[in-house]
Amino acid sequence: MSSDTSRFIAEHVDSLKPSGIRRFFDLASTMENVISLGVGEPDFVTPWNVIEASYHSLEQGYTAYTANAGLLELRELIAEYLQSAYAVPYRAEDQVIVTVGASQAIDIALRTILNSGDEVIIVEPCFVAYASAVTLAGGVPVSVGTQAANEFKLQPEELANSITKKTKAIILCNPNNPTGTMLSREELLPIADLIQEHDLLVLSDEIYAELSYDDGYVSFASLPEMHERTILISGFSKSFAMTGWRLGYAAGPAALIQAMTKIHQYTIMCAPTMAQYGAVEALRSGSASVEQMKKSYRQRRNFVMTAFEKMGLKTNRPGGAFYIFPSIKETGLSSEEFAEALLIEEKVAVVPGSVFGESGEGYIRCSYATSMKQLTEAMKRIKRFVESRLT
Amino acid sequence: MKELGVTKVEKKEIEILELLEKNGRMDVHTIARMVELSPKEVERAIQKFEDQQIIHGYSTLIDWTDVLGYEGVTAMIDVKVTPVRGKGFNDVAERIYRFPEVKAVYLMSGAYDLSVSVEGKTMSQVARFVSEKLSTLDTVISTTTHFILKKYKHDGIIFGEDDDNDRRMPVSP
Ligand SMILES: Cc1ncc(COP(=O)(O)O)c(C=O)c1O
Repeated sequence: MSSDTSRFIAEHVDSLKPSGIRRFFDLASTMENVISLGVGEPDFVTPWNVIEASYHSLEQGYTAYTANAGLLELRELIAEYLQSAYAVPYRAEDQVIVTVGASQAIDIALRTILNSGDEVIIVEPCFVAYASAVTLAGGVPVSVGTQAANEFKLQPEELANSITKKTKAIILCNPNNPTGTMLSREELLPIADLIQEHDLLVLSDEIYAELSYDDGYVSFASLPEMHERTILISGFSKSFAMTGWRLGYAAGPAALIQAMTKIHQYTIMCAPTMAQYGAVEALRSGSASVEQMKKSYRQRRNFVMTAFEKMGLKTNRPGGAFYIFPSIKETGLSSEEFAEALLIEEKVAVVPGSVFGESGEGYIRCSYATSMKQLTEAMKRIKRFVESRLT
Repeated sequence: MKELGVTKVEKKEIEILELLEKNGRMDVHTIARMVELSPKEVERAIQKFEDQQIIHGYSTLIDWTDVLGYEGVTAMIDVKVTPVRGKGFNDVAERIYRFPEVKAVYLMSGAYDLSVSVEGKTMSQVARFVSEKLSTLDTVISTTTHFILKKYKHDGIIFGEDDDNDRRMPVSP
C-alpha cells in the first residue's frame, strides 16, 4: 500500500493552483521589521460598541444556533440598510441570507447557480478566490482582462466578446480589489444591457461599497431590470473592520436566496451567533465609525497616490477600497521580481499584480490600510528601491 | 463633528485641523497631499486659524508616569459658586483660571458649577492652593477635590497602548 495519502484527494481539488499570495506570505513571515502593504484588511480594530455588543450577547448566554438564514433582526437591519444606502429593496424574510463572510456567500451563490460546465465571466485583475470558487462549483471561469489605459474599467465590447452560449453569470467587484477602480452608473448601464440581452446573472461583490471616495456609488442591483438578475454580496469585514468575525451576507431574488439557504443549512447551519449580535449593533449604530475610517483611508489614498506619482510610477486614481495599483513597468522588472526584490532589499511587502490575473502583470497592489507613520516610511523605501532600478 | 452645509474648502480646512489635532508635528507637505491642496494653501489655512485663535498653540502629549525624577499630581476640583448678578459665572471663572497652576476650567451643568483642573508638584501643594486661594474667593461656596491616581486615557489617547501593534498577517488577499 502506498503511504502517499494525497491519492485520496479529488482531482478537481488537486488541480487547484495555490494562491500566488501564499508564497509572499511565507517569505514575508520569515522576515522581521517588514512594513506590509500586502494586507487585504483594515488596520483598524472593530469599533468598540460592536465588540461590546458581542460580549454582552455572550454574557447573556446567546450561544446557540440562530435561524439558518441568520437572526431575523439582523436581516431586517441589512434590508433597511440596503434600501436607505443604495435604494435596493429586499425582504428580510426571504431575500437576505447572513453568511460566513462574503467568501461563503460567493461560494454558495456559485454552487446554487452552476451546472457542470457552465461558464462564469471573471473580470481581472480581481480577488483571488473567484476563479477557484467557480471551479469548485463545477463551473468554468472565463477571464476578461482590464487595462490601465481604461482605468481598469470593464469595457462592454470585451465583455460581449467573451459571452458564449454556456455563459451563466458574471462576477463583478465594485469598487475593485486590487485596482481600487469604481464603476459609475454610466459605466455599469451598458454592462447591464448585455446581461439583459444574454439572459445572465450577476454576482455583484459590493464588499467595498462603503469605502468609495467619489460621490454616487451605485449598486448593480439598483439598475433598471437588474434587481432580478443580481445576487448582491457584501459584508462587515471591510467597512466595519470585522474581517476576523467572519460575517457577510447576500441579497437577491427570493428563489435564489432560498436555494442558497438550502446549501447553507446543510453545510454551515448558520453564521456565528456572537458575530451576528455584533453586526446588529454595527448596523444600528449607523455610519459614524465607518465614515471616520473612510476619511482616514481617503487621506492616505491621496498621500500614496502623490508619492507614487512623484517617484515616477504611474497610477490610476482609486475610487474606492483601500488599494492602489501602480505600474512598475518602467523598472523593467516583472511584478513578481519587483515584489520579491523590494521585500528582500527594503523590507516592504506588496503583492505582485500577476496573482490577480494575467492583466495584473506589470503592476503591484499596495494596501494603504496602514498607519501614516508606516506609509510614510514605506514610500521612502519604495522610492529608494525604484531609484536604484531606474538608474 | 458638525459638517453639514459646509463647502468643499471648509471641509478640507476642518480636515487640516483634525490632522493637526492628532499630530501637531505633521508637516505641511504631508497634510497637503492628504487633503489634496497645495502646501501653500495649507500654510495659508493654518496661518488663518492661528490668527483667528482657532489654533491656540501646539503642545505635546506626555505620559509623565514613567519619567524618572518627575514629580507631579493633578486634581479635579468641583467648585460651587454664587453667580454674580449681571456677570454670571465669567468673573469667578476668570479669577480662577488666572492662577498658573490651574490647567483647565469648565462651566458644568449638574450638581456643581465649575470643574477646575489643578496641577502641582505634591498633594500638599495642591491642597494649599485649594484652601488658601480657591476656597477663600468670595463667591466660592464649596469645593470637592479629587486627585487623579492614574491616567488611562487622555485627550483621546490611551496611555501605555502600543500603536504599532499590528495583529494582522503580513500578506492576505
Ligand atoms: C473583493 C473581495 N470580496 C470578498 C472578500 C472576502 O470577504 P469576507 O471577509 O467577507 O469573506 C474579500 C476579502 O479580501 C475581497 O477583497
